[in-house]
Amino acid sequence: MQYSKKLLEYFKNPHNQGKIKDADAVGEAGNIKCGDIMKIYIKVKKNQAGEEIIDDIKFETLGCAAAIAASSSLTDLAKGKTLDSAMKITKQDIVEELGGVPLIKQHCSILAQNALKKAIENYLLVSEKAR
Amino acid sequence: MKEIYYDNSATTKVDPRVLQEMLPFFQENFGNPNSAHSSGQSALSAIDDAREKIANYLSCETQEIIFTSGATESNNLAIQGIINSLLQTQDNLHIITSKIEHPSVLEVFKTISKKEGIEAGFVEVDSAGVVKLEKLKELIQPNTVLISIMYANNEVGSIQPIREISEIIKVERDRRGEKGLPIYFHVDAVQAFNYLPCQVNWLGVDFLSFSGHKIFGPKGIGGLFAKRGIKFEPLAFGGHQEYSLRPGTLNVPGIVGLGKAVELVADEQEKNIQKIKKIKSKIAGELEKFENVRFNGKGEFQLPNIINVSFQNAEGESILMLLDMDGVAVSTGSACSSGSLEPSHVLTAMGVQPKWAHGSIRISLGKDNTEVEVNTFIKSLTVAIKKLREMAP
Repeated sequence: MQYSKKLLEYFKNPHNQGKIKDADAVGEAGNIKCGDIMKIYIKVKKNQAGEEIIDDIKFETLGCAAAIAASSSLTDLAKGKTLDSAMKITKQDIVEELGGVPLIKQHCSILAQNALKKAIENYLLVSEKAR
Repeated sequence: MKEIYYDNSATTKVDPRVLQEMLPFFQENFGNPNSAHSSGQSALSAIDDAREKIANYLSCETQEIIFTSGATESNNLAIQGIINSLLQTQDNLHIITSKIEHPSVLEVFKTISKKEGIEAGFVEVDSAGVVKLEKLKELIQPNTVLISIMYANNEVGSIQPIREISEIIKVERDRRGEKGLPIYFHVDAVQAFNYLPCQVNWLGVDFLSFSGHKIFGPKGIGGLFAKRGIKFEPLAFGGHQEYSLRPGTLNVPGIVGLGKAVELVADEQEKNIQKIKKIKSKIAGELEKFENVRFNGKGEFQLPNIINVSFQNAEGESILMLLDMDGVAVSTGSACSSGSLEPSHVLTAMGVQPKWAHGSIRISLGKDNTEVEVNTFIKSLTVAIKKLREMAP
């Protein structure tokens, strides 16, 4: 197993790491088997076209280098996207953004994808109720 | 940046004196020790020398040493060799090992116990990673023919009560009498070889595996002590080397290197243990100051060179990677680092909870480590743990 240079750079200097205190929604995903936990915070606003977009996104992760790097690249990919297109971010998108991920570590990318999905779903639930 | 190597249980650097001894056997004395001409005979005499050095350290006869490619092969040769030999005349054999063995024993047991007529038992360990002798006694059946227990564990350094186990086996052997089914004792001594007494009679073992590259010798060479008179089958066929038990042209430079490495272990053991113990106690003292930390297998039943420590809320492989960026090499028992995503089988057997196994690292010292390195390591570790804990939810 060898990590790409890009993955290691993301691991060393992750983007969008931290909490959003007044987040609109939070999503959490964990892998019971390996023990990794990931938490995604999102702040949503409307763009000029009236679509809801991810205005700000941050992550907190307890996990291996691949899990931390995947969290970082996911937040990069999701920032500024509409909720619809953010929902469509796949494991493969994250793996490509990281310049490749060793096969046994690809579940970390799925974890990131799931945490974001949950955050968006939670947001939609809350905004539905508010209506 | 000066590198700090704390992964001596994975492998060690070849001692320069070992390398010097090996070099002539690549080009000057390149002969095949099985050739009758003088080039071959000079290689043979080097093999004999090496065999004698090892026999001295183990207090055994030179004919009781079989050279192999390393401890994985030695373990396989002993276990499979005994079983395949006994299967020729017996069926329904029972074999016992522990839950914390190296995969080169554990996987062999799991594989051969799938065969018809072979059943395996796996003895439990306590929270310090030491085999429970009472449980072992309970596991022994009238048809138990082999017990394989490691001398010291590679992940947590726990030392196993080999002499007590050999006493238990002796009682069972006496009970069966001379004409009864044999019961053999195999010990994987790879991690213990540097630091613990390895005289085979004192230990009371029938087979003992060891490896070159864990004792500052070369990779690709190891050996098996096999007590004279015990019949076992080879794994490979095709030559009469090593009494036909391990056919194939002898790895002359490797064997010469192994011999020298064993000689150095014997000569410098006491000095090295004292030095390493001091470093270990300094590191352990610093580690105790961390918050939410626990030691896995600490105490008197531990090798002088291993510390296995867990940090809550920081994952082991991430700690390893951050330390590596600072030039410090350690290893981890975290699930993330294993192909199976399961936490270390050793930590699990010791009852270490997954949340603790998740943040475990192993520091394994060697004779080249220094006290000065400790401060640099602790500084790097402090930064790494802080960074990872801040990132965690």
